[in-house]
Amino acid sequence: MIIEGKDIYFADLNKAIKQADASEVTVNNIIGQRYIGSGVQGKNLILHGTPGNALGAYLDNCNITVYGNVQDAVGDTMNNGEIIVHGNGGDTLGYAMRGGVIYVKGNGGYRVGIHMKEYQENKPVLVVGGRVGSFLGEYQAGGILVVLGLGVDNSFPTGNYCGTGMHGGVMYIRSDVPPQNPLPHLLIRECAREDLTEIQPFIKNYCSYFNILEADIFNKPFYKITPGGGNHYNTIYAHN
Amino acid sequence: MLKKEGEIRIPSGCAISGIINKTGECSINGSSIVKSIAHMHDRSNGLGGGFAGYGIYPEYADQYAFHVFYEDMTAREETERYLDRYFEMVNLSRIPTRKHPRIKDEPQIWRYFVNPIFTLLQEEQEEIDEKQFIVETVFHINTFIKGAYIFSSGKNMGVFKAVGFPEDVGEFYRLEEYDAYSWTAHGRYPTNTPGWWGGAHPFALLDYSIVHNGEISSYDANRRFIEMFDYKCNLQTDTEVITYIIDYLNRKQGLNYENIAKIIAAPFWEEIKRMPEAEAKRITLFRNTFASLLITGPFSIILGFNGGFMALNDRLKLRSMVTGEKDNIVYIASEECAIRAICPDIENIWAPQGGEPIIVRVNR
Repeated sequence: MIIEGKDIYFADLNKAIKQADASEVTVNNIIGQRYIGSGVQGKNLILHGTPGNALGAYLDNCNITVYGNVQDAVGDTMNNGEIIVHGNGGDTLGYAMRGGVIYVKGNGGYRVGIHMKEYQENKPVLVVGGRVGSFLGEYQAGGILVVLGLGVDNSFPTGNYCGTGMHGGVMYIRSDVPPQNPLPHLLIRECAREDLTEIQPFIKNYCSYFNILEADIFNKPFYKITPGGGNHYNTIYAHN
Repeated sequence: MLKKEGEIRIPSGCAISGIINKTGECSINGSSIVKSIAHMHDRSNGLGGGFAGYGIYPEYADQYAFHVFYEDMTAREETERYLDRYFEMVNLSRIPTRKHPRIKDEPQIWRYFVNPIFTLLQEEQEEIDEKQFIVETVFHINTFIKGAYIFSSGKNMGVFKAVGFPEDVGEFYRLEEYDAYSWTAHGRYPTNTPGWWGGAHPFALLDYSIVHNGEISSYDANRRFIEMFDYKCNLQTDTEVITYIIDYLNRKQGLNYENIAKIIAAPFWEEIKRMPEAEAKRITLFRNTFASLLITGPFSIILGFNGGFMALNDRLKLRSMVTGEKDNIVYIASEECAIRAICPDIENIWAPQGGEPIIVRVNR
């Protein structure tokens, strides 16, 4: 089913998507409409254009593919499902994710993965292909953040204050240089190949979605970042 | 009675958008900026919208254009008597508007193209600071003439604003009848008052205009400093104090916009430590000299001025802002959709970093 997204108010567009009697819904010329995919069950959404803020917020049992850039707060508190973005992401990408996977082909903005969390089998994963802005993984409490730094040479692809307030979860950052000015509470180490087992399937998917050779990913080292010991926040929110 | 800005506090959300033709050609019709800001409808709540256009008055390019709200005839008579005493009026008229179902309670809205009159004695003694004279006139009328409010006072530029959604405000002021080389726009989301026409953005003084999304936490520190230099923060809004800071740093201190950005969104001390020595010394001097003009808390602003504009985020980048360029036109907006709405095939949209100014000047 195909819906024309131009000149339609966000509430009406979301209603049309929800009511569509088809498992696959394509929206053309989407432009700035918010909350796409929120509350939609059991569908694949294909979006052409620029969806608005909070795309896939609270996403549950639904997949979204975007041909274009996305704006802010994509996947806010999403529960499960997949969001694939053939473009760039904005600020607070993956905000408070609690499950599911987001793949962004290009760059992310500020505060990517802010307050991601995990609980038991629910473990969100966010993969960004290019670089991200400052405050990556701010207050991260769980889940996996992967930044591939494709197209970035001789600089760590994360901006400043990476991992501010991080107290759980893990980041994998691909870079030919170690992070500059790392925050003191973080543990950072260069990964051996076997350390990457955890993210291998997600990198495979990234490469297949965006038509990139896996060999071009593993030609640079990855750095693994976790919160250090003695971190007072480690057990405040959840015993993880 | 409706409470005005300054009588009650209003935190706000908001949307901003800006377009500029780098060639300086007045090729951008007002309908474009209206279409852009309309796509961010839900960032506003209908309690304020406005626009600033630059290059819109070519036939009166050498006169100051005063746009004035009047609550009643008395205010208008008193203001016109005052203006008559100090200015030659080249033209005056109501600003053309159209009836709009969602724009209500409009004040009288007048426009004056004026030349200040100086006495021979003043001229001989070279006591004339024309811009300062305009600023003092605006402060005098806005402070002492009840029911009168000058909301635009630059040359060859003008502000159009009202209580309403920005797209409705644009239709109300018939912006499709104006062509500019640069436009900025604002959609407002105040939450605690019905809003007031004068409190809508852009806030302007001389040719400086500010549209602002955010809520600064340094307001009182900034206000206390700027009031020492005779600026009157009548509205008590963030936007007002930011405009005065710009006027003070640019017009009075002679600092360029690159340096102004380093003062109001100063680099962190940690970053200064890592800078080359000369740069670190310069930034340290700014931070120490103008410590009270550091603006903290979330903001994204577009500062319009004759010949260009500057967009700037707070240094932590707590508000979104993206920019892109195509065919000599530069676009800046809170959201990408507001750019794509008027330039669908734009490429390379990117987000400036916190504290990284985007300054565009037209070639003329």
